Formats: sequence, C-alpha cells, structure tokens
Amino acid sequence: MALATFWFILTAVLWTGFFILEGFDLGVGILHAVVGRDEPGRRAVISTIGPLWDGNEVWLIVAAASMFAAFPGWYATMFSGLYPAMVLLLVALILRGVSFEFREKVLAPHWRRAWTVCLSGGSLLVPLLIGIALGDLLYGLPIDQDQEFTGGLGDLFSAYSVFAGLTLAVLCVQHGATFITLKTTGELRGRASLLARRVAPVTALAVLAFLPWTHSTAGKGVLPNLVALIAALAVLAAAWLVTVRREGWAFTATTVAIATTVLAVFVDLYPRLMVSSTDPAYSLTVQNSASGGYALKVMSVVAIVFFPLVLAYQGWTWHVFRRRVSAEQYTVGGATGDAAG
Amino acid sequence: MSQLDLARLQFAMTSIYHFLFVPITIGLGFLTALLQTGWHRTGRQELLRLTRFFGVLLVINIAVGVVTGLVQEFQFGMDWSAYARTVGDVFGAPLAMEGLAAFFLESTFLGLWVFGWDRLPPRVHLATIWLVAVGGALSAAFIMAANSWMQHPVGYTVDPDTGQPRLNDVWALFTNPVFLRGYLHVMLASLTTGAVLMLAVSAWQLRKGSAPLAFHASARLALVVLVPAVMLGMLVGSELGVTEGKYQPMKIAAAEAQWTTCQPCSFSLFQIGGGQNDHDPTKIIEIPHLLSLLATNHWNGQVVGMDPLQSQYEQQYGPGNYVPNVFIQYWSMRVMAYLAVLVLLVGLWGLWLLYRRRLSSARLFHRVAVWTAVLPPLINTAGWLLTESGRQPWIVQGIQLTRQGVSPSVTTATVATSLIVFFLLYAVLSVVEVVLMTRYARRELAPPTAESTPVPTPTY
Repeated sequence: MALATFWFILTAVLWTGFFILEGFDLGVGILHAVVGRDEPGRRAVISTIGPLWDGNEVWLIVAAASMFAAFPGWYATMFSGLYPAMVLLLVALILRGVSFEFREKVLAPHWRRAWTVCLSGGSLLVPLLIGIALGDLLYGLPIDQDQEFTGGLGDLFSAYSVFAGLTLAVLCVQHGATFITLKTTGELRGRASLLARRVAPVTALAVLAFLPWTHSTAGKGVLPNLVALIAALAVLAAAWLVTVRREGWAFTATTVAIATTVLAVFVDLYPRLMVSSTDPAYSLTVQNSASGGYALKVMSVVAIVFFPLVLAYQGWTWHVFRRRVSAEQYTVGGATGDAAG
Repeated sequence: MSQLDLARLQFAMTSIYHFLFVPITIGLGFLTALLQTGWHRTGRQELLRLTRFFGVLLVINIAVGVVTGLVQEFQFGMDWSAYARTVGDVFGAPLAMEGLAAFFLESTFLGLWVFGWDRLPPRVHLATIWLVAVGGALSAAFIMAANSWMQHPVGYTVDPDTGQPRLNDVWALFTNPVFLRGYLHVMLASLTTGAVLMLAVSAWQLRKGSAPLAFHASARLALVVLVPAVMLGMLVGSELGVTEGKYQPMKIAAAEAQWTTCQPCSFSLFQIGGGQNDHDPTKIIEIPHLLSLLATNHWNGQVVGMDPLQSQYEQQYGPGNYVPNVFIQYWSMRVMAYLAVLVLLVGLWGLWLLYRRRLSSARLFHRVAVWTAVLPPLINTAGWLLTESGRQPWIVQGIQLTRQGVSPSVTTATVATSLIVFFLLYAVLSVVEVVLMTRYARRELAPPTAESTPVPTPTY
C-alpha cells in the first residue's frame, strides 16, 4: 500500500528533522558549560537556542505520534520493548527541558550549577539513547510471532546499537559546536570553533565506520548507497569547512551529515520497521504494522496541509532570531533577552 | 501489586500531575493575551507590566506542562502496548493531528513571544501570544477528542480479520457528544483555573499594597472571566453528566452510589459507608429529584442502578466485574461540585466588591482569594478521577478492558522502578515549581519602562 510507505517516509523525515533541529540544540546543551566558561558566557550560549529548542522538540513528539497513528504495532513493540531506555530518555528530556526555564530564575551559583549539570547530562543522554533505539530497530531484537518483545535489558545494548548512539551523540556535539560558532562572537565563538575542529575528525571517523556497519547489519553489503555516500562526503566537508572558518557552510555540511546519517538507517531498514532476531519472518514491516487505509488517508491530508505551514513558521522563527549573540549582552546591565517578564 | 495495578497507578499519577499544569497554561495563556491586547489598545503601561509579570508565571507552567506531556505520550506505548496496538488506528490519529496542527504552533510561537519582545513589531508580537493561547486550546481539543473516544467510541468499524477497531469517520471523533461537552467543560475549567490564579496573585499583591492600580486591573480581569467561566462550567458539566449517563450509565450510577434502579432519584449531600461491597450506605440530607435532574435532565428521570447494569453487562460481555470504584466516583463528584461552588462564591464576592469599588481595600477578601488558588487543582483532579475511574474496568468503553490493554512484555519490577523514578522526579519538580511560582508571584512589579530593561532576577 502506497500510503503506508508514504507514512514510513514521513516518519523517517520527522526523525531526521528532529536530529537536524534538536541535534544542534542538544549539542549546545551538551557544550554550554564548556564553551561558556563563566555565567554570562553560558547564558549567551543557551540564548542561541532559547527561542528555538521548544519548537524543535515537537519534531520528536510528532515523530512518536506518527508512529502511534500510522504504525501502532511499531510504536507498541518499540516503546514497550525498550521500556528502561524510554524511562531514562524521558527523565533526560524532562530535566533538560525544565532546566532552560528554571536555570534562569534564581541567581544562586549552586542552583545554576545544578541545572547546568541537568542540561548537559540530559542533552547528552537524548541522542545517545535515541541512537541506541534506532540501532536496535535495525540490528534486531528478540521479537516473537505476536510482535512482542521477549528479551531483556541486555538485548538493547548490542555493539552496533551502542555505536549508533555514540555516533549520533558525537554528531550532535559537532553540529552544536558549529552552530555556536555561527551564532556567537568573540571568545565564545573562538572556543566553539576550536571545539568543532577538535571534534570533527572523531565525528568523521565515527560516521565513516557507522555507515558500512549499518549496511552490513542490514545485510546489504558494505558498498554505500547514495544517502550514505552523501553522509560520508558531508561529514568530511564539515570537518574541512570548520577548519577554513566557513561557519555557514560548515553548519550546512553538519546539517546534511546528521540528516543523511539518520536517513541511512531508515533506508536500510525499509521495508522493515523492527527486525526480529528470533526469526526474520517475525519482523515488523510497513505492510504488517500499518493502520487502516482510511486513517492513513485522513492523516495524510492533515500532514500535507500542516507540514508546509509548520516549516514556514519555524523558518520564520529562524529569520527573526538570526542575529549573533555575545557574552557582553549577558553581563550585568545588558539586555537579558530571556523570559517574558 | 500487579503490573496492571502499577501501570494504572503510574498513568493516574502522571496524568493528574500533567493536568495540574495544563489548565493553568491554557487559562493563563488567554488571560495574558487579554492583558497584552489591553496594553496594545490603550497604551496603559501597567497592562504591559502585568503582561510581563504573568507571562513569567505562564512560561514556568508551560515548561513543566510540556515535559510531563512527553511522559503521557510515551506511556501508551510503554505500559499499554496492547491498547496502542489495538486502537492506534483510531486513537493515534488525533494525537498525530495534535502534534502537527497544534503543538508545533504553541511551542514555536511561545519561543517567538518570550524572546521576540524587541525583535517583532508590537502588533506581530501580540499575535504570537494569541497563537500560543490558541495552540494550547487546539491541543486540548485533539487530546479530548481522543479521550472522548475512550468514553464513547464512535466513527469506527471492527476489522473482521483482526477484531481491531478501524477509523472510518474522522468527523465523528469531533462531533462525539461526549467530546463536544467534555471539551467545553475542560476549556471553562481551564479559564477558571487561570483566572483564580491571577486573582490570587493579584489579591496577594493588593494586600501588600504594591502597584495597587495595576493589580486592581488584573484582579478585575480575573473576576470578569472567572464568574461566567465557573457558572458555564457547572452548566456544561451537568450536561456532560447527562451525556455520559446515556453512554456510560455505570459511571453515573456509581457517582451516586446508586445500586438499585430509581425513579425519581434523589441526590445525597453526604453518605456514610457505601464502599465496594456496601450496597446500603447511609445517605445524609437527600434532595429529592435532583439526581434525576442531573443524570437525565428530567424531573422524574429514571437512573438504572449498578446491580441491574452489572447483570446486563455480564450478559452482554461475559462474566466479570463491571462496577468502577464507587468510593472514588461518589466523592470525586462531590469534591468537584462543592469546591466549584466555593470558587463561584469567592468570585461573586469579588464582583460585588468591584461593584462597590472596594476591591483594593477588602483585606479579608484578599486573604480568602489567595487561598482560593488551591481549589482549582483539586477540582480538576477530582473531575478527571470521576471521568477516568468511572470508565473502569474499560480502557475503551465496550471495546477493550483495561487489563487487556497492558504491555505483555513488561515486567512488574520494570513498571515499579519507573513508577518510583517518576514519583521522585515529579516530587522534585513540584518543589521547584512551587518555590518558583511563589517567588515570582510575590515579586514586585517591574518598573514601567520594562520594555527594554532586563528582568530583575531576585537574589537570596
């Protein structure tokens, strides 16, 4: 059924969009304490994503909701099978999410330190855990003929899926460091740029190892397909562009790199949704897990109407907050730009 | 406790917690938008200062509301995978629509509103807060459409091969009589909650005597919204009761602990006893005909008791216990109704003071109004207990039992661990939320030229 495939593509696009957008704000979250050494610096770094992160996170919510609506079986098996990882992911998302708001509300150093830890730690755990989950989809989990997960905690952490998590985490760091370079001035920009250059080779190595590993895990040989090829080129380009200080292009390259790396997993996954390591015949597929035709049709109409609209106003948000920020704005007496009041 | 009990406890705990913040977000969102609109129209500086003042309280609540909403979304797959697998086709659709059509809107424009004060033209900036408010209200609409389907399933057919409900009429989800009344009821309850919060904060500030002109304005706005919202909320609520009585008669019978069929039926103010096995509780102060009126809209309406309903359901669905928790039903209904009356009385008192031009100086009223802030969360919680506990033992009325909805692959220990994790996390968040809310509610109003100066961050 064509609509089911359309929804697979849309779900893949939503996860990809999530990693493109939340990818850099996760990276900023991870790095804010290192790049911003003092309080004004940290606030400046956080403010680069302040207006954007909440809207970015909705991509995750919609990605999960689209799985629920279009592939209920996939959503059910994945979320119940990965239960412990999901709890940890939620804790990370919650602590990270409230830390943006809470951190700014009290001046005491110990308070800010606590929320800085939550912001960095939570931001690191999110791509790591989602990466592991994506890796698990492809690597395979013990799933029986009723599409039920039959394994234990240990099954979630195969070498491949852990590496998938690490790859996505380091991609987010690179993406975030490049974003900070692009959005700040002075010392902050210098430190972010240095970090981006240092991380770049690690990211490139990780992605270059991850792509063939993904192919062979999926049983599709080691030769890259087009998406993987673009991913490999983009990650190398990102490393080079950040060295020659072309931040705008470097950010474009990390955007392409993170997008294609995530897409590569989905391309290799199709038409399966979750591989069963018990018996390939028990795998969840686009065909055996999709909702009924009417439900898919209705949601397709909704998606086709609203998706462009969302892209338009999120794009406009980028335009509104296109200016760079500097630490000086956040020293006493400067404009804070935070909070409504 | 079994995995089922723990999963239910977890869902109840996280839903109740989430719904402490949602009504504040929706209600205060509209009120803040009204304040900003007032400033935009009149140019009165104190309205701008109030917008920013209440905006901070709004944003703190949205932050907690959003992150706890994530738990709700994930939980369907984590704890209730059999439910998700069976009904995702119908139930998942409004959730996906919520994300695409409403939640993106609310979140994106919240960022624009909070950070856009000096980057957007005033008119455009005003539009962003309205879009935040509308986004929140739309979100609630989609969620309520999904929830109402669990109360009264419509717009589906059963797949003959799989036995699964399949969506066949999406419009039916949004014209579901339970949805129409339930959503209106939730929106009015949200406006009430936001207005009571605004009134309480204003009263505290008036009592302290800081910026009396400004906080008189916000107290007035709160009262003008509050009184009609509570009154309409009660009206719609009783209509909802009649609707639910039609589709979920067991829920309404349990709310009166009515075991036998009656006609006409009286309503009791209190009762002693009347637990799950006590079919003969001692009713205190019975009001004749009131239950008939509440449950059926007729003076002499018949309310079928739980015993006949139980035997009817056994014939229809097979052996089992189809009676919800009567104690929760009876008391959550009364807590909701009685406390709502209290809120209305406080509102009417305030309106009277406003009319007599004594709102700024009525010390006793200020004191009472501050404490009224604790009532809406209790009312909202009781309302949800009445609705959701009354649905038991069904997860979807007549389609799937709650115990058939739990995840087969998840162990009791796993659920127990996550329950403890979320309990501790939510406890910490509550403390932080209460500390921040009281701190910011008691803060002095920012100076009149707030537009370009920073937020004064309080120190220890």
